[in-house]
Amino acid sequence: MSIEMISGEKTIAAISTGMTSSGIGIVRISGDEAFGIADKVYKGNKKVSHTESHRILYGHIVDGKEIVDEVLVMVMRAPHTFTGENTVEINCHGGTFVVRRVLETVLKNGARAAEPGEFTKRAFLNGKIDLSQAEAVIDVINSENEYALQSSISQLKGSVKNKISDIRNKIIYHTAFIETALDDPEHISVDGYGETLKLVSEKIINDLKELIRSSDNGRVIKEGINTVIVGKPNAGKSSLLNVLAGHERAIVTDIEGTTRDILQEQIRLGDLSLNVIDTAGIRQTEDVIEKIGVDRAKEYAQKADLIIYVVDASRELDENDEKILEIILDKKTVILLNKSDLKTIVTEDRIRERINTVGLSQTIPSGRTSQDIPVIAISAKEEQGIRELEDTVKTLFLKGNLSFNDQIYITNARQKNALIRAQKSMEKVIRSIDEGLPEDFYSIDLIDAYDALGSITGESVGEDLINEIFSKFCMGK
Amino acid sequence: MKYSANSVWENKDKYDIAVVGAGHAGCEAALAAARLGFRTVMFTVSVDSIALMPCNPNIGGSSKGHLVREVDALGGEMGKVIDRTFIQSKMLNQSKGPAVHSLRAQADKAEYSKAMRQVLEDQKNLDIRQIEVTDILTENGKVTGVQTYSGAVYPCRAVILCTGTYLKARCIYGEVSTDTGPNGLQSANYLTESLKSLGIKMYRFKTGTPARIDKKSIDFGKMEEQKGDERVVPFSFTTDPENVQIEQASCWLTYTNETTHDIIRTNLERSPLFSGAIEGTGPRYCPSIEDKVVKFPDKNRHQVFIEPEGLSTNEMYVGGMSSSLPEDVQYAMYRSVPGLENAKIVRNAYAIEYDCIDARQLKSTLEFKNVEGLFSGGQFNGSSGYEEAAAQGLIAGINAARKLQGKEGIVIDRSQGYIGVLIDDLVTKESREPYRMMTSRAEYRLLLRQDNADIRLTKIGHEVGLIGEERYQKLLEKEKLIREEIRRVEHTNIGTSEKVQEVLEKYESTPLNSGTTLAELIRRPELSYEKLDEIDEKRPDLPFDVREQVDINIKYDGYIKRQMRQVEQFKKLENKKIPENINYDEIQSLRLEAKQKLNEIRPSSIGQASRISGVSPADVSVLLVYLK
Repeated sequence: MSIEMISGEKTIAAISTGMTSSGIGIVRISGDEAFGIADKVYKGNKKVSHTESHRILYGHIVDGKEIVDEVLVMVMRAPHTFTGENTVEINCHGGTFVVRRVLETVLKNGARAAEPGEFTKRAFLNGKIDLSQAEAVIDVINSENEYALQSSISQLKGSVKNKISDIRNKIIYHTAFIETALDDPEHISVDGYGETLKLVSEKIINDLKELIRSSDNGRVIKEGINTVIVGKPNAGKSSLLNVLAGHERAIVTDIEGTTRDILQEQIRLGDLSLNVIDTAGIRQTEDVIEKIGVDRAKEYAQKADLIIYVVDASRELDENDEKILEIILDKKTVILLNKSDLKTIVTEDRIRERINTVGLSQTIPSGRTSQDIPVIAISAKEEQGIRELEDTVKTLFLKGNLSFNDQIYITNARQKNALIRAQKSMEKVIRSIDEGLPEDFYSIDLIDAYDALGSITGESVGEDLINEIFSKFCMGK
Repeated sequence: MKYSANSVWENKDKYDIAVVGAGHAGCEAALAAARLGFRTVMFTVSVDSIALMPCNPNIGGSSKGHLVREVDALGGEMGKVIDRTFIQSKMLNQSKGPAVHSLRAQADKAEYSKAMRQVLEDQKNLDIRQIEVTDILTENGKVTGVQTYSGAVYPCRAVILCTGTYLKARCIYGEVSTDTGPNGLQSANYLTESLKSLGIKMYRFKTGTPARIDKKSIDFGKMEEQKGDERVVPFSFTTDPENVQIEQASCWLTYTNETTHDIIRTNLERSPLFSGAIEGTGPRYCPSIEDKVVKFPDKNRHQVFIEPEGLSTNEMYVGGMSSSLPEDVQYAMYRSVPGLENAKIVRNAYAIEYDCIDARQLKSTLEFKNVEGLFSGGQFNGSSGYEEAAAQGLIAGINAARKLQGKEGIVIDRSQGYIGVLIDDLVTKESREPYRMMTSRAEYRLLLRQDNADIRLTKIGHEVGLIGEERYQKLLEKEKLIREEIRRVEHTNIGTSEKVQEVLEKYESTPLNSGTTLAELIRRPELSYEKLDEIDEKRPDLPFDVREQVDINIKYDGYIKRQMRQVEQFKKLENKKIPENINYDEIQSLRLEAKQKLNEIRPSSIGQASRISGVSPADVSVLLVYLK
């Protein structure tokens, strides 16, 4: 674990409301850099850093050029804050999915994901909490022990841990080689090692990217599957939504935002929960003269974990269906042939043919065929096939064939952050190699990457490097 | 047999500080104590073995060279003496970054010893006594003096233990075992018991050395010659570089082969290491040849360096082939190496076992936590190597003196020097083998370069009182020149003139599209401060050491700044001190393991606590809260 985490020096951020079905979430940033970081992600009339204490700003959170959410930002200057540090609270309206995105954007711009109890700890260390509360604070901090041990190690699926261990082993091996050569240059030469290391580093970066991608999968299990329902007008999206919402007395939360209506509903589907995005879109457009479903598919295909494509089985497929297929084919998709209670025109075979035709014209991710995309006949009206849908989604996400990466789940922002840190360090290694820097510079970033990954599995660098040097390489006179 | 009661008498020379041992730690400790104005007596079992180099004939090497430079920057002696007595010198890792450049010199062992002894003998306030110290005398947990084998009591206010490998030393090869220190010297057999009775926990470590071979019997025609650098860089910042451009001796490189390895494998069970006759723990970085053959069976050859022990002797050191195999196997093994077919062994290779301490019983000042006024340094603390010893000896000497001055001890931290890394590791981390300095142990090594040891440490040396005013003023002047030149280079604009493009082309550097600063050009990997001399019209005439600092500081600016930021974080934790009387058992929320470790080591700061294995970040958080 890095010095920063112990010393509590860096600016931290976390979602300060629980990740429940509530659509409102607050991302809290605390620390010296809180205003600077907020300025980087917040666009409004006024800069956060130029705002007086205890004022609220209205504007947007942006990630580069993309608008992530419309927000209210509360600015609080030290020492009159909970933690005693400069604090910014971003009130998001976009539901769990968007709150998460806001946090990630904040982390990307220089904050570190807070450890459990860290805000409280800082509040205490900065004298904001009475000493009589000290024991309670220690309890919170103690949960770090549990957290580090259980959340980081035990709760990590074996395969993730193995994957990370593999990468760490590789990194430490190559670092040890370089270091052995530096310590014993007359026995071991490291000249020209950059080329070898570059290939290794590239491979490691790919592996890390894979893990980072899969971290979204991990989130899915904890916080629900971000789902979008697409389909042409009248295919039965709305009825499906209603059926699903009613299923098992689902929790349906409609949040009235200031500028938007219903954004998202959380629906229980067996053991899983689906966060159905833009339900307002479905409900509103179903009645009026609709935009074709293509727009919705396009808009959400990138963001969603799961796309449920509703096809009206009683009507012929047309070019709009093809357009939708084009967009969603390489995504996690379930195709529902709705209205199975009516006369069926579009059969499963028929739709698979169509998938294949569309699939030929674009790249289908390796190893995937039309057979891998589940097609289920349902009747939203008669509530038939819902059970099958549930099983299918479960298979998709829990057993994870299809495009899900094994059971590699990285389940929280801190871990994802660490992976990104490791990736950046490895990219720096490659840059050092390309710029022709001497070999000893490589190990600086290699060790950083090693350390970052270790914070996921709860291991620190300690004597690892020295031990690796001695066990793998023969040195010394 | 120790003295009898009626031979006990009290020495009346009124010594302030007693140093036990006259190896590399003892020499620096005694010199520092005496130079800081304290009446110092240094004990040795043999005056002829002062500053002895019983193993390899070199000073320096990767990261060890850094230590020598740091010792020099603080006002120690090792660098000055080796500059006068080296017979070959190399700057290692020259093709690598400046942080890992490291000086290594071949020493004329006899000359080195003689020169150091002369310095000691000439030192005011310092006396040398040839006698074994058998007891440390204390009252109420405080040092009051030492007692020698003859029964004499030397009252003093501080004692520095630098017993090296002499405590209950035993030398072994094959079935031959003698109770002697290195080189057949007398061992010190009583002190261990005295220390144990003071509650000090002892360890037993092991190390070894290769055979020495008669030069006349070696066929150098079958070996590769290894020469020194054309331009020698001195160790000491006070040595005039012109004075070290001497004619140098050569070393020679040859290799073991499968025959050698077969001989070793066949006779393994006759090795005391494998038969269990040796109980001490040996160092992994300096394995015996039999260790290497066993641990790395895939390697079909190992390097062997033949190095002169001095100019006035024919003895040659066989680097890379230390061993404790029986004598007959040693002959067979050495003679299987090309060039050594007819080798005549002068001294056998042997392993040596000795008593040392678990250095976690020491404070960062190298004073024992449970015995006031008792300090220690060198191999006794579980380290290995002449340079590691010298570094600790110097710090122990300084801090013993400061104790008597009523001042707080000097602690070099991990961001200030390899000395800091060395001592912090020793007093914080458990080590099951002799500890050797390595560049990979220094987390801020980009800042801890051998070239800037003076800038890092000479101010401390001055404050302590080991660096004179003249040297200090010179350093301040050097720093000023560096600062000014860096500023000038950062602000010197370079246009796209033909001359500029020509120079860039000469060094295969991309031509300029628009103007830039000189600093930006220096940062290009293929360019340097020196190379851009011809397009830098207003360049002042500066000494080499200033130009070198300017180049490194500009060229690696990004990395250096990054490490400086890390150091800032590090310092914050180091500055959070833990009171000496803290009761860890009272802190409910600490885990049991953490409590035990913290009680054992009693770290002086939160930073040190965080480096103890078995103390988790959450435990550190609990500590932070508790201390609030």
